[in-house]
Amino acid sequence: MGAAARPEPTAVPAADTPSATLDRATRIAYLLHLADNALVLGQRNAEWCGHGPVLEEDLAMANISLDLIGQARLLYQHAASELGPDYSEDRLAYFRGPDEFRNYTLLELPHTGPLAPGARADRDYAVTVVRNYLYSELMLRVWHGLQHASDTQLAAIAARSLKEVRYHLRHSRDWLLRLGDGTPESHRRVQTALNHLLPYTNEFWLHTALEQAASASGLGVDMASLQADWAVAVDASLASASLQRPAAVANRLPLGKQGQHSEHLSYLLAEMQSLARAHPQATW
Amino acid sequence: MSDADVTKGVAAEKWPGSALPALGGAPISAPDAVPSALRPADGSAPSLAQVEALLAQIPDPEIPVVSIRDLGILRAVFWQDACWQVVITPTYSGCPAMGQIADDIAATLGAAGLPCRVLTQLAPAWTTDWINEATRQKLRDYGIAPPHTTLPAPSLQPVRLVPRRDASPAVACPRCGSERTTETSHFSSTACKALYKCLSCLEAFDYFKPY
Repeated sequence: MGAAARPEPTAVPAADTPSATLDRATRIAYLLHLADNALVLGQRNAEWCGHGPVLEEDLAMANISLDLIGQARLLYQHAASELGPDYSEDRLAYFRGPDEFRNYTLLELPHTGPLAPGARADRDYAVTVVRNYLYSELMLRVWHGLQHASDTQLAAIAARSLKEVRYHLRHSRDWLLRLGDGTPESHRRVQTALNHLLPYTNEFWLHTALEQAASASGLGVDMASLQADWAVAVDASLASASLQRPAAVANRLPLGKQGQHSEHLSYLLAEMQSLARAHPQATW
Repeated sequence: MSDADVTKGVAAEKWPGSALPALGGAPISAPDAVPSALRPADGSAPSLAQVEALLAQIPDPEIPVVSIRDLGILRAVFWQDACWQVVITPTYSGCPAMGQIADDIAATLGAAGLPCRVLTQLAPAWTTDWINEATRQKLRDYGIAPPHTTLPAPSLQPVRLVPRRDASPAVACPRCGSERTTETSHFSSTACKALYKCLSCLEAFDYFKPY
């Protein structure tokens, strides 16, 4: 992030009137949800930097992370300008705890299959590919809709992000096909990753009061209107990749966008935030 | 210069008289003449054209053969609040060159004794379609294949196509001109480029991706 960091914990300050409080808090919370998604996935994907399976994929993940973190910066800057002069993109990224983050749980999971608490495993690129595919297929539609958001700055960010997510989708879908329709081993691993990750996408379609308020006010997109189109696109890709859509898992409903995260987000944030918190007034 | 001097993302309608040019390389749109009342006090104040000429010389940090004006990053310049306001638009959201570009603008005008403020504007979103033919030739001469034009309107449908290499327009090798080329990697040395290889002369080259 850019400027000097601030150590104070973040809380949305009260506004003058109840209705203004609702509107302002809704707007800021919605921006932070979008920003947190981009930052957390950007940070996750950046773990491949220097460790990619091949050089070209190392470059691809670094570039995609750069796009995502760039999107997060624009959204945090916008949220900070709404919050007031005491706020900055750095404060929002580095000085909020895991329970204040509003990203989808899907995006904070490590690049591995399911792990027992405290367990570790090598990163699996199939998990990276499947997650990036499922998220890009969603964000293509979200950014497309947000181009017409009532908040002109958000609309401008969406217009740019739409261009970028098209490349992210192309990359992840390309690899989904190659791995799914590749060797028996690549097929097995990408199918396993899909079985692991797809249930986490249930969270995309959970209607929260925040998203309903954002959508009703013209700020956000109506997520329900995207679900059928997303599912058709995902099914078409899975069919092309010779992959089976796993049976629906009804009892899996992650709540990351409401602040209830897996243990993994804490580790991710600890690594990402430790330097800024150790030197809270540093500038660079 | 710190980020504090750069106002991030202010909406377009706030800029007086800065109707944006459709193409990079076209004359920078700004008030034709700075009102004399707003000019710096001494009679030797530089004209808008002179300030534009200074700015037009600033190279892109990553592709120094082209200027920030050639690429369409420089959007407008005008005199307001006792300093020159320079409006730039970012390329990719995460492009690390934007901070450098803002620094270079401040340094260039600062060296000429001109007070300035760099403003970042997000809309309309930057597009490689603003790069004109002269700039495309400069890119070619530098060894970078220039971008094809983007799809007519961003819509959901085109990206739903299965990526098929043979359906994409051919990218000509900037060294030998052959269209027998293949994409080695969709992501290359910077966010804005892809890595290609010429099957005729066997040279690797960068392709400036349409954005």
